[in-house]
Amino acid sequence: MRIELEKRAGLSPMFSILSPLLALVLTLIFGAIMFWLMGKSPVGALHSFFIEPLLDVWSLHELAIKAAPLILIGAGLSICYRSNNWNIGAEGQFTIGAITGSIIPVMYPDWHSPLILPLMLTFGLLGGAAYAAIPALLKTRFNTNEILTSLMLVYIAQLYLDWLMRGPWRDPQGYNFPQTKAFQIEAVLPELLGSGRAHWGIVFALVAAVALWFMMRFLLKGFEVAVLGQSERAGRFAGFSARRMVWFSMLLSGGLAGLAGISEVSGSIGHLQPAISPGYGFTAIIVAFLGRLNPLGVIASGFVLALTYLGGEAAQLSIGISEKISRVFQGLLLFFVLSCDTLIHYRIRLMLSAAGTREAKG
Amino acid sequence: MTLSDAALAVPLLSVRGLTKLFGSFAACRDIDLEIAPGEIHALLGENGAGKSTLVKMLFGVLQPSDGQILWKGSPVRINSPGEARHLGIGMVFQHFSLFEALTVAENIALSLDPKVSLARISDEAASLSKAYGLPLDPKAHVADLSVGERQRIEIVRALLQNPNLIILDEPTSVLTPQEADRLFETLLQLRQEGKSVLYISHRLEEVRRICDRATVLRHGKVTGTCDPRHETPASLARMMVGSDVAQVHRDERSSVGNLALEVNDLSVPARTPFAVSLKNVSMQVRAGEILAIAGIAGNGQGELFDALSGEYPVATGDAILIRGKSVGRLGINDRRLLGAGFVPEERHGHAAVSAMPLSDNLLIARSQSDRRAFLGGGPLSIIRHRAVGSATRRICGAMDVRKSGEDPLAGSLSGGNLQKFIVGRELDRQPSVLVVNQPTWGVDAGAASRIRQALIDLAKTGSAIVVISQDLDEIFEVATTIAVISEGRLSQMYSAGALSLERIGLLMGGIHEKKSIPETAHAH
Amino acid sequence: MFEAILLTVITAATPLVVAALGELVTERSGVLNLGVEGMMIMGAVSAFAAAQLTGSPYIGVLAGIAGGAIFSLLFAFLTLTLVANQVATGLALTILGLGLSGQLGEAFVGKPGIKLQPIVFPVLSDIPFLGRVLFSQDLIFYLSIVLVIGINWFLFRSRTGLKMRAIGDNHASAHALGINVIRTRYLAVMFGGACAGLAGAQLSLVYTPQWVENMAAGRGWIALALVVFASWRPWRLLAGGYLFGAVTIGQLHAQAFGIGVPSQLLSALPYAATIVVLVIISHNRRTTLINTPASLGKPFVPDR
Repeated sequence: MRIELEKRAGLSPMFSILSPLLALVLTLIFGAIMFWLMGKSPVGALHSFFIEPLLDVWSLHELAIKAAPLILIGAGLSICYRSNNWNIGAEGQFTIGAITGSIIPVMYPDWHSPLILPLMLTFGLLGGAAYAAIPALLKTRFNTNEILTSLMLVYIAQLYLDWLMRGPWRDPQGYNFPQTKAFQIEAVLPELLGSGRAHWGIVFALVAAVALWFMMRFLLKGFEVAVLGQSERAGRFAGFSARRMVWFSMLLSGGLAGLAGISEVSGSIGHLQPAISPGYGFTAIIVAFLGRLNPLGVIASGFVLALTYLGGEAAQLSIGISEKISRVFQGLLLFFVLSCDTLIHYRIRLMLSAAGTREAKG
Repeated sequence: MTLSDAALAVPLLSVRGLTKLFGSFAACRDIDLEIAPGEIHALLGENGAGKSTLVKMLFGVLQPSDGQILWKGSPVRINSPGEARHLGIGMVFQHFSLFEALTVAENIALSLDPKVSLARISDEAASLSKAYGLPLDPKAHVADLSVGERQRIEIVRALLQNPNLIILDEPTSVLTPQEADRLFETLLQLRQEGKSVLYISHRLEEVRRICDRATVLRHGKVTGTCDPRHETPASLARMMVGSDVAQVHRDERSSVGNLALEVNDLSVPARTPFAVSLKNVSMQVRAGEILAIAGIAGNGQGELFDALSGEYPVATGDAILIRGKSVGRLGINDRRLLGAGFVPEERHGHAAVSAMPLSDNLLIARSQSDRRAFLGGGPLSIIRHRAVGSATRRICGAMDVRKSGEDPLAGSLSGGNLQKFIVGRELDRQPSVLVVNQPTWGVDAGAASRIRQALIDLAKTGSAIVVISQDLDEIFEVATTIAVISEGRLSQMYSAGALSLERIGLLMGGIHEKKSIPETAHAH
Repeated sequence: MFEAILLTVITAATPLVVAALGELVTERSGVLNLGVEGMMIMGAVSAFAAAQLTGSPYIGVLAGIAGGAIFSLLFAFLTLTLVANQVATGLALTILGLGLSGQLGEAFVGKPGIKLQPIVFPVLSDIPFLGRVLFSQDLIFYLSIVLVIGINWFLFRSRTGLKMRAIGDNHASAHALGINVIRTRYLAVMFGGACAGLAGAQLSLVYTPQWVENMAAGRGWIALALVVFASWRPWRLLAGGYLFGAVTIGQLHAQAFGIGVPSQLLSALPYAATIVVLVIISHNRRTTLINTPASLGKPFVPDR
């Protein structure tokens, strides 16, 4: 038996919508099998993984907290990937954004002003963008592959943060814990509602995603992203510059990752410490693809991936399986998304024998 | 090899009812074909008639959906090119199946018995190429060779397997007339040795000159078999096209106006290792003129187009003038704003994005030149989808673009229809200067004549047109002046009537009138 | 002293060389697999687990190879059969590998490892100076050298290697000539996976014989950079691998000596060095263009 692909005349609109859902279902089926192999009740495990976190207000807030950075970063990455630039160092830009955003509360802990938060957010945005400017510069100037450089910069950013926390930025009254002093109240992103911890980060994320969706749908800039991403040559014919697009897409995605970094630190941690992200920058890659590189889709997929984080924590508590299982879920999900996307472009045929007995699958 | 009389009676290859379906589309339907030993058999048909699909089935690259192939009288299944070669079928592809990063000998070795050493292959290739007058250096890298030399590799590679049948797919489309003559001699030599040749072409003169029999395909079906030597080009063309293709009409007394496009001593270094540098190119095109630039593929046509269009601006502004303005350093949109329009050679991924609808592809060429109509919202540049959509419909109507659906993806259109759209989107804004690279490459006869007529009509309204083309028939059909490009140099411009086919051939081969004839040096 | 440093350099360089060699073969066939990090970590955890369960580090090595190869099949199926985007699928392979290995290795955290012992060549190892360095090493080091020689021969002397290079140069032409593009690429991807798995086994059985989550620590990515650095040539790759090994070991020794530089700065050196090297190599567009397999990363769907 072998599998043959047949190119569709156009993109299948049905599978464009169906493919992420199909991927979700396949992931759940695989997850159930996995739990069953681990000796857990599949139904119970899936319930505590995917349903339980949605049942009380407290955890809905947590969901919003986790979804905020994923959507912010994922929306930026979706534009970046649409333009055929492969920034996979969002985790590093997130880290640097958190650091530059924290400059004011760390350096001037006694300054009290409503200006602090806007400045912090701006600094975080600029820091993330500046860090993403490094691979952009290397790509435009020296033709260096941005995948590898942006990734290497993640390790460097994390080591830099680690050094700051153990060295110059350590709170002297912190019992030798590697972290800064707690931020002054003016430097903390306020909570959104009285009912839980969710802060303004989720609002930034939704606004950014909707704005980027508007750009892709209605503005010439979005058209430019799409054309250059499909074919650099056609983009040049249209008078668009691939070089400027590298800058635009890297700075945009880096800036949003930086904003996510400072929002996370200011909104849900309250001080800077060496571990500030459970891999948001990498998970956001999955978010972008599950959202089919469409910023509105990213909003939905951001919540789904946030749920896998919460589900992991919940499952650890209630049925005693490691929260690492959530990484497995995330990886599986990305695989299924990529496989199901094939259905949008191709019809898949299973060839049962060389003679060509055909069985159409879809 | 001696052939008994009985063997002579049996055709070397016969094909019965061969059919190939792609989904519901029949690329070939019920094809019957017979090739006798020692025969040069032509397979005639225009682009898209199913010639390539048929020979791919004969060579085992594609599997037939139905029908039978008989080799020396007995039925065979050809599952792979290896099996085809094993039977004794050799193939010279239209788009060469060569590997640029490998040497000539390595390229040849890929299709031979793995037990034969590279050194022996080199020796055999060298001696064989000498015997057939096809000189080759086995150690050269393919990337460094000319198109004609590359074709020689393909032929030598096919001959080394000592085949009974050699299939050549459009072999002369990339050759100068002189190179083509040499190829014909090789083919006649092969016929004398009792080998058969299946010769695929849409060039009627060649077929009449060297082929013993011809099978004509149209829309995937056989429409006739004949002895081409007893036919006229017109009768062959009718079999190929089905009806008489609209003749392209030209008003000979068209008036010529002011200088619209001027290129002065333009030199551009090669951008990549595989590119050609342009050397001291000069040309002048007046309003109402069509300058055709002839030349074999890969002699700097693409680079010239890039420089003229401004996709890659050049260092000196004065090297290119559009309507009197220096534009050398300007980008493509600035040149469009001066009234210029451009049609690149490659449709997919250059002139158009296959995965985008036609309306988006309209915007690709005209987002700035038609800014006022297509964009709103000031600096935000909001796309007016409705205005773009109605312009798309207008163009499709004017150029008779056949499409499925209201605004289909560019990739779903046939080559001819997409090309009509791509040319149409420039004509729609009445450019005063139009530069077109290979306007009808890979396009069916109906669309080709429509496009050529549109170019002539546009010139008549006072536009200056540059047509870069490999197709000499096309050039003579549309040009008022002709120049030839070879190795990045452009010849002087000749009035279209004053240039013979032989002369163009010599210029295409790089022999310029300015060079002294080498014989004089050896005279004493 | 010098000898000891050389020994550690070799240990640090071997996983890079082995993983990069596998990726070199994969890329020569025209496939870009960015999942080296994921395959490596899967190899590491498989090797460690198998060695723990059987008590034999050699079975561990085999398990590492198998783990990497089987895991790479996932990538091959998606990119070759389903024609999914190679960049995205490679990332997916890394993300899944990191997650899955963490899950599988959970039971082994903190357990003492089983070290792959050196194989000492009796007479040769007595050669002064280089004897101990070259002839008293573990199996994986010897394999790495055999692989360099073997792959070099395979690519440039064997007919199958020629076919593979042809596919990497132009898959459409190779298909037209009757070379089985998909099958060859499946094998090339799996070979890459096996090598990455072997490199992972070296990490968990030789370099630091224990299981630590995420222990590949970016080596898979450095291996990818090495392939570019070596312009797809095995001997240059060996040299590059040892250069990186030296940087890694250099910074470790500097940390141990406590020179007045923060340890984090030193730890960042291998990553920074990777960036610098990539910039130097890619700066010359001309040579990059000539050396890169022309169909690298491009999707291929045969028409039938």
